[in-house]
Amino acid sequence: MNKMLIPLIAGLLCLSPLAQAEVKSLRGDRPPNEDSRPPIKPQYRKDGEVLPRDFVQQPPLIPHKIDGYQIDLRYNKCLSCHGWDKYREAGATKISQTHFKDREGNDLADIAPTRYFCNQCHVPQANAKPLVENTFQPVESLKEK
Amino acid sequence: MRKIFNCSLGVLFGAFVVGILFWGGFNWALELTNREAFCISCHEMEENVYQEYRKTIHYNNRTGVRATCPDCHVPKEWGPKVVRKIQASNELLHKVLGTIDTPEKFEKKRIELALHEWKRMKSVDSRECRNCHDFEYMDFIEQGRRAVKAHTRAIEEGRTCIDCHKGIAHRLPKGWEEAAREAGL
Repeated sequence: MNKMLIPLIAGLLCLSPLAQAEVKSLRGDRPPNEDSRPPIKPQYRKDGEVLPRDFVQQPPLIPHKIDGYQIDLRYNKCLSCHGWDKYREAGATKISQTHFKDREGNDLADIAPTRYFCNQCHVPQANAKPLVENTFQPVESLKEK
Repeated sequence: MRKIFNCSLGVLFGAFVVGILFWGGFNWALELTNREAFCISCHEMEENVYQEYRKTIHYNNRTGVRATCPDCHVPKEWGPKVVRKIQASNELLHKVLGTIDTPEKFEKKRIELALHEWKRMKSVDSRECRNCHDFEYMDFIEQGRRAVKAHTRAIEEGRTCIDCHKGIAHRLPKGWEEAAREAGL
């Protein structure tokens, strides 16, 4: 009897207005159909040295602004410095060799279409406050001493 | 004798007034064609290049300073402006012919049109860019690390804005790098 009652009470509690008020998303508790203040756009760092990685498989972070960069069927702006034909002159990091393999593992002569959209993995950095608390620590082997 | 003198003075004055009216009217009409609203009154411009430009910093930015179509595409000085306007009559012909009246046709022509504009800008040392952007007043302390390096090199080698800054207000066409290299841009 008791075992049946607990889920029932829990279910009823969830439906009550009291429980609903406690639900709060990262967006805030304002209903979506109400106007809210637009979020302040983070200030991305303009340009700087290479950023350290926090885990071994982490895609390297972008240490500069990428506002208005064209990455589409016609052209990829990132490749104008990070491509293997350009990185030396531009003084940029070259694209990893892992990006020249298709999903079956076949070696390609040019960057794989699966890796073409750089900012799916590589992102610029802003000095923004984390939305949730995070206690992540880089692995020992990556800590700069 | 005095009458003739008076009469010719009157004619001269009349011609002067008509001249001012004509000249003012001509420049007024010329300036009417030098507005963004005029440029995008053709759907070819409104649907293709204008939409792309709207997403760039020259359209919309922090301080609200704008560069409209003629600021980059029409010279400010009177002589070059009139020359460019006369050349533009060819564009009117292609408007009538419907050379780029669909997005597909425009896409096919995009590289050719882009090359025209890049060539024009290079031939006048990016004059229209320099109406606002001047090396003299660029604060290299405010610039990023890469920008300082590139601009220092550009000054040393006497390069011009459009050599590097292609596709800043419109999307770059496919294969533009090869085409630009072949055209010596």
